[in-house]
Amino acid sequence: MPHTKLTPTAQPRWLRILLGAIVALLGLTAIGGPALAQEDDSGGEGTEEVAPDEGASESIGGVIQARDEEGEQVLLEGVTFIVTDADDNEVGSADSDAEGVWRVDLPGPGVYSVLLVEESLPEGNSLRNPDNNPLTEISVQPNTNKNTLFPLGERTSSGDNTNRVAQLTVDGLKLGLIIAICAIGLSLIYGTTGLVNFSHGEMVTIGAMTAYVINVTWELSWFGSWMSSLVFGAMVAIAFTGFLGYIYNEFVWKPLRNKGASLIAALVVSIGFSILVRYVLLYQFGGRAGFYRDFRIGEPIDFGIFSILRKDLFIIVFSALVLVAVGLALQKTRAGKAMRAVADNRDLAESSGIDVEKVIRLVWIVGSALAGLGGVMFGLTENINWEMGFRLLLLMFAGVTLGGLGTAYGALLGSIIAGLFIQLSTLILPGDVKNVGALVVLILILLVRPQGLLGRAERIG
Amino acid sequence: MTDNSPREDDYPAMNETFDRASPFADDAGVKAGPRPDISDEEADAAFAEVVTVDGVDPVAARAALADVPWEPGAPKPDPILVADGVVRRFGGLTAVDVDHVEIQRGVITALIGPNGAGKTTLFNLLTNFDTPDAGTRVFNDKNIDNVAAHNIAGHGMVRTFQLTKALSKMTVIENMKLGATGQKGESLFRSIFPFMWRKQEKEIEERADDLLIHFKMDHMRDQFAGTLSGGQRKLLEMARALMVEPEMVMLDEPMAGVNPALTQSLLGHVTGLRDQGMTVLFVEHDMDMVQEISDWVIVMAEGQIIAEGPPASIGENTAVVDAYLGSHHDSALDLDQEL
Amino acid sequence: MDYQAIIESLFRGLIGERFIVFALAAIGLNLHFGYTGLLNFGQAVFMAAGAYGLAMTVVTIGPAVNRNTGLNMSESTLFWVGIFMAVVVFPLVLALLMGIPTLRLRADYLAIVTIAVAEIFRLIARSPSLDKWTGSSDGLTGFTSTFYDLSPFTTTDRYFFNLFTGNQFFLVLVGWSILALGTLLCWLMIKSPWGRVLKAIREDEDAARSLGKNAYSYKMQALILGGMFGAVGGMVRAVGFSVAQPDNFITDVTFFVYVALILGGAGKVFGPLVGAALLYAVLDSSDTILRQLVANDYIPESIMSGTQVGQVRFMLVGLGLILLAAFRPQGIFGNKEEMALDDR
Ligand SMILES: Nc1ncnc2c1ncn2[C@@H]1O[C@H](COP(=O)(O)OP(=O)(O)OP(=O)(O)O)[C@@H](O)[C@H]1O
Ligand SMILES: [Mg+2]
Repeated sequence: MPHTKLTPTAQPRWLRILLGAIVALLGLTAIGGPALAQEDDSGGEGTEEVAPDEGASESIGGVIQARDEEGEQVLLEGVTFIVTDADDNEVGSADSDAEGVWRVDLPGPGVYSVLLVEESLPEGNSLRNPDNNPLTEISVQPNTNKNTLFPLGERTSSGDNTNRVAQLTVDGLKLGLIIAICAIGLSLIYGTTGLVNFSHGEMVTIGAMTAYVINVTWELSWFGSWMSSLVFGAMVAIAFTGFLGYIYNEFVWKPLRNKGASLIAALVVSIGFSILVRYVLLYQFGGRAGFYRDFRIGEPIDFGIFSILRKDLFIIVFSALVLVAVGLALQKTRAGKAMRAVADNRDLAESSGIDVEKVIRLVWIVGSALAGLGGVMFGLTENINWEMGFRLLLLMFAGVTLGGLGTAYGALLGSIIAGLFIQLSTLILPGDVKNVGALVVLILILLVRPQGLLGRAERIG
Repeated sequence: MTDNSPREDDYPAMNETFDRASPFADDAGVKAGPRPDISDEEADAAFAEVVTVDGVDPVAARAALADVPWEPGAPKPDPILVADGVVRRFGGLTAVDVDHVEIQRGVITALIGPNGAGKTTLFNLLTNFDTPDAGTRVFNDKNIDNVAAHNIAGHGMVRTFQLTKALSKMTVIENMKLGATGQKGESLFRSIFPFMWRKQEKEIEERADDLLIHFKMDHMRDQFAGTLSGGQRKLLEMARALMVEPEMVMLDEPMAGVNPALTQSLLGHVTGLRDQGMTVLFVEHDMDMVQEISDWVIVMAEGQIIAEGPPASIGENTAVVDAYLGSHHDSALDLDQEL
Repeated sequence: MDYQAIIESLFRGLIGERFIVFALAAIGLNLHFGYTGLLNFGQAVFMAAGAYGLAMTVVTIGPAVNRNTGLNMSESTLFWVGIFMAVVVFPLVLALLMGIPTLRLRADYLAIVTIAVAEIFRLIARSPSLDKWTGSSDGLTGFTSTFYDLSPFTTTDRYFFNLFTGNQFFLVLVGWSILALGTLLCWLMIKSPWGRVLKAIREDEDAARSLGKNAYSYKMQALILGGMFGAVGGMVRAVGFSVAQPDNFITDVTFFVYVALILGGAGKVFGPLVGAALLYAVLDSSDTILRQLVANDYIPESIMSGTQVGQVRFMLVGLGLILLAAFRPQGIFGNKEEMALDDR
């Protein structure tokens, strides 16, 4: 039987205070040092000489890298560099490869300058010192390969007038909407079957990777270049994850339900799948991060207090549309009503003639497809890697628990709050631990309102 | 009776599976019968030894009910439990809204009402398994509003559940021993020093065995509780509750789903408890049984108490008849059966 | 093929350091999951608490305290203080943090919170901003000399059928003693009325409460105690490998412990021992076999490379979890009757 207890009133006050204190302490230690982050080893922009390759003449190049949220080095692919000579004539340009390496061969020794095309930087990266772009007065001796360094990171001089809070709110909204799209499935599956599906994050990864394979790896062009566009990739990803959801339900969860496996056992099975799939993906695709083609270029649109990249605006609008559509479908269509009915009270739904198995199947398909779509969007804003979904899963949990486990609208609301919170928490927390904030909120919300914002108290007896 | 509990739905497989997996499930009716080779005298003697509530004269307590007016919230001469202004809302639904109710000590009180009337919720509120939005509860002249649910047993009140809660992967005797309160070995520190709790454990085991004999379940002593039939589980749950040595037991539908032969012996056990001075409050849908054993009946509908009185008075009460016929979705209701 | 290496890795798996570490963690998890029904998915963090409790006390916190208070604790004093921090203080704080918000709620909330805490640990332990205290992704080293100074064995010799070096053998002997003691304690507690209450809570918490048992308190006791076993395991690991590193305690490590526990039988006193031995015998020997197959080109590089071998064990663990939970939740030695009773 489920262990239930909802009334937080029964909780001794001192316990809550104690816990609050512990959490606050942890938070404090985490604040320890945004200052530290600045004493990064890689000094300023600069150049260094490297031993010439055999037979090579002169060239300029470098490795472009950033640190991700966890302080790991990430090599950036597809960043464009333009090299011009002393007379401002373009000598050549190059994109960094998967290892972050780029190189432009030079016509001869001389003085050159290098421009990093800022728009080609993947989302979330910016030059630490934009004034040093382009890098000028690089003198190249005969038979040398010159290396340049463009440090990325927090902008030290805030030359624009965007308001940090407004900017973070927009970023948070974007993240929240993505979490919401992914989390609806998680919440609906929980609502209709009682399963806390720990492998839901892998659907997100699979979605993102499917689109990546179409968009980058294969670059198909049998019937024209649209075949390798990201839009087509996203459509394939949705179809594929939806299909996987169907297969998953049909061959794993349905048999388990019929067998009468306990929910604890089912939960452990879902964890098993999470690990298995994650490491199969790692095995298959390696640990490196990938980015979608195109889609990183574009002038930010300036709204005064914040600016936004075109693709981000697209993500926000599109996600909102998808969510409204899902909401309407749940509210208006027969299938949607049936889903809510089953989530609300399975027996009642069954006795009033709803085919519960059919509804569950639909929930798996739709939920997985939405997760796949969410994965593509998440991949657009951050990098694509084997454990992106698992990381997102924890944020989904935060959102879903915040909103109320099992309620579709709760998942929506909670996810958006979680997204906003994560981004806004960087006002106080260093960026590399910003997710900690959301998870701490998850813990705190359980203390005060365990059933979540839109959740309902459970019954006993 | 069905209970449209949302939580149960989340764990859909669990109720059925067990029966299917259990080798004993099919012959539940046969196995559920009382054990023939113990005479009633032996069983009763064992019982009297274990269950007694001091200072209560059940006959006098029953007689005193004669003067109580037949109206909702009627004051009792010697109430053991008093609830005042207890309200519980779930969203927009007011599941319980009881102005005032008193339970007479030393008698059997039946709590009846249509499905969804709020009986189980009231049980939860009286035993602090659920917290009311408003109201006070007094047990044995002590206010229990802020007593944690697990401390209620220590105050002398123990409840059973509508959905039987046998502890499946523990044996029957372990189930019973769990009911004992005050076992010193239940503290983490003392647990690793068996000499500190061995003796007490032995006494508890003897008491448990006596009770099992009384309930004629001693032959299943070392069986896993999960292998018992539904009726046997109800019996076990009741016996286990008695291990607490309570003054009052609250039984939520103890007879539901139990075959007629076993029902009779269950009824016998309940009156037996009263005759030892125990106060019994029980929920039941079958009016025959209510008529047969209860001394007083409280009727709930839509969260409120709509009638009180001795069993015979209830059938004629128009408010009660309205409540059953009016609130029930199935129009054809057989009054004899269900009320 | 080097058959001797394969056999050695098999035996090391059966009795070596990893077995000890995971058997200890599994004993703790058995108290959580096997007896009390707590879905703790953060056992790896408890292990980390043990490792970091010791390492931080000796390497970062201790010296800082020395500097700031004028106390002059020697390294060996710090080591023993560190053991206290590792085994008692760190897991206690952690258990309170996980338990207070969730132990009154349905089982899955604990699951979510513990996995969230595992992620919080990862983020914080790797964060460069706390490098001064945690050593960030490189972790901490240099806290084991006090321990190995106690070793009566010569470091250069090999012991026990050449399986272990002197230091390793010392660690293994100490580990086995801890394991024996832990199992005995666990056995005593489980057979006592205290253990009976835990089982009752696992079966049905409301029933236990109606019978006067403070389920919340018992669950908290189990969480703390099991966490401490996990912490001891993590500490042994840190001492054995002479490093406390975030990557050794990632979320997935918890699931190794789960596989070990379910394999041997959750809710059985010897389950964790049997399970951990079996698991590591299988994982370590299959690892060695695969590495040899790759090295000798029996498996071409295009199918599996050296780094990919390490990933295979995670897949095996995932697969193991699926199969065990779906088909043999009572463990590979469990019997039919328990199987029937397992659907709770
Ligand atoms: N946790 C809960 N959340 C929402 N509604 C609830 C909850 N618990 C009970 N209810 C509602 O409160 C009302 C009273 O329920 P309760 O279980 O007390 O009825 P009952 O009298 O015991 O019925 P039955 O005879 O069927 O057992 C019902 O409408 C029920 O749906
Ligand atoms: Mg009821």
